[in-house]
Amino acid sequence: MSAVRCVNLCKTYRQGDQDIKALDHVSIEIDEGDFVCLSAPSGGGKTTLLNAIGGLDIPDSGEVYVAGGRIDNLSKGELADLRLKQIGFVFQAYNLIPVLTARENVEFVMQVQGVPSAERRDKSNAILKEVGLEGLETRRPGEMSGGQQQRVAVARAIASRPALVLADEPTANLDSKTADELMELFTQLNKHHNTTFVIATHDQRVMTYAGRLIRMLDGRIVDDIDQRAA
Amino acid sequence: MHLFGILLRLAWRNLWRNHRRTIIMLGAIGVGVWAMIFMTALTRGMVDQMITDSIGVLPGHVQMHHPDYRDDPSISNRVSISDAALNEKFDDADFEAWASRVRVPAVITSERESRGVTLLGVDPAAERDISFFDYDEVEGRFLESASDQGIVIGKRLAETLETEIGKRIVLMSQDPENDIADRGFRIVGLYSANTKAIEQAYAYIGKTTAQKMLRVDDATTEVVFLGEDYRNVEPVYEAVTSAVDDTVLVQRWFDIDTYLGTMLGVMDGFVLVWVVVIFLALSFGLVNTLVMAVFERVREIGLMLALGMKPASILGQILIESMFLLALGLAVGNFLAWATIVPLQDGIDISVVAEGMEMWGASSMLYPKLYASDMILASGVVLLLGFLASLSPAWRASRYEPVEAITKV
Repeated sequence: MSAVRCVNLCKTYRQGDQDIKALDHVSIEIDEGDFVCLSAPSGGGKTTLLNAIGGLDIPDSGEVYVAGGRIDNLSKGELADLRLKQIGFVFQAYNLIPVLTARENVEFVMQVQGVPSAERRDKSNAILKEVGLEGLETRRPGEMSGGQQQRVAVARAIASRPALVLADEPTANLDSKTADELMELFTQLNKHHNTTFVIATHDQRVMTYAGRLIRMLDGRIVDDIDQRAA
Repeated sequence: MHLFGILLRLAWRNLWRNHRRTIIMLGAIGVGVWAMIFMTALTRGMVDQMITDSIGVLPGHVQMHHPDYRDDPSISNRVSISDAALNEKFDDADFEAWASRVRVPAVITSERESRGVTLLGVDPAAERDISFFDYDEVEGRFLESASDQGIVIGKRLAETLETEIGKRIVLMSQDPENDIADRGFRIVGLYSANTKAIEQAYAYIGKTTAQKMLRVDDATTEVVFLGEDYRNVEPVYEAVTSAVDDTVLVQRWFDIDTYLGTMLGVMDGFVLVWVVVIFLALSFGLVNTLVMAVFERVREIGLMLALGMKPASILGQILIESMFLLALGLAVGNFLAWATIVPLQDGIDISVVAEGMEMWGASSMLYPKLYASDMILASGVVLLLGFLASLSPAWRASRYEPVEAITKV
């Protein structure tokens, strides 16, 4: 079954007097367990596509399916539920809640889901260990480096075992070494947990980790490469 | 319910994120709440004292008269029940105190001046607990029995009449036949009161002496009953009305002195208006604090929404934060009020403005009254209106679109 299917998506933004086509009849299908990179220059439509897949933005037309269910016609509350239960998010910046510790940030989604306290604690400790942040559980975001913060965000995104993780420019604010470590982590999680990853990026090094690379330009898909075959 | 824990934690920690702003706001709420309660305590104290003094100066909590006495307070309108019958009815009743009196208008004349007064024929033993002055503080002495032949007047009246203890004066009134009833008395004591007007108004003689002078056997014109609290006179009123028939008129203090009765009601309204006015001033600061707090956290509110938190939870988080702020401010304000009012409950000397206050029946000492009900009222109003004032910024926060909020610069 497809993890994600988009059919003929269109989205236009108005900027001043101009209409900007962020998505121009985009159709893609992503299988479960895929590791996909969406690549485009700034304004190419990759973040808009990612937001449409994550239920953060509603396309003007077209259909979006996540785990077999159509989501572009869901209400705000239903979309919030979908994001809470089925999708993990990693954003470019401002990923963490500043007043919560690393562990509390990881537990946040689980707590909103209603996971019991002891179970949350066990899962968050295990996942923080898995992403290499053992011993930093009680630190707040302001007391951690950018790389550590992104790892916490990744830990939060996968803690509740979502079928799909969407990451928008996750390495944009990281140095190359930390970026590589983060991508290694994504790769391991993809392999070990069969989690589907869709990563929007214009970082060439990030693209090399992807099994499938989708290039976009001006809101259209211009290339779809299976890098595993290559 | 599982959400409540995270909302509480977020609200509490966000409150202290900008601790300087929070402390300033707490100070403002604390001082505002203190002002609400302190001003209310002063006002309550003043009104309480005015009523207590006014009731203490003869009316008591419940009075019984001839039905026509209020229109014509003369000896012709005597209580139809004899003194002996009154004793039989009320001696075992559960009142704080009660007394029957002869109370009629009279003219008092010294060798130099004359003045209209209210003549009070009293039994000193029964009157002791109702009297507005302490017998032991009377200059000279107070009456020793109902048949005492002396007279006790106020110090101010003595000055007006240019007389003093030991001198004789003449009292003149009317008997039931409308004939002149007069008698000479020697002044045996001078009493003091909270106001000069009261010291001018009343002249005390023995009840039996008054009855003889007015030729009314053992009749009286007024019976006064005192209960435990002027705010709760119904038990006394009901006890008296059930013991008498309709040949007498039984009235509560606020039926007799409608000004004071109305003032008590007006004061409750005034307190509420005062509390609301202060809160309105506070609410600008509160709303501004919340708007700023929300504005500074647009991105993380967007993040929480993006992660699947419902708008209602964002609304709840901001409201809880507001309630924390208000609750802490209320604790500070209530403590400040308690700490400043309790030491002043022995009285604040306002003798500098005493003459002006006398016009309203207040004395030269003001005793602030700290009532739990006023603290609860102030706290309730602040919490309720604070909740309402917080709804707007909280609602706006919950309406953010996650995509727009998360990319807000």
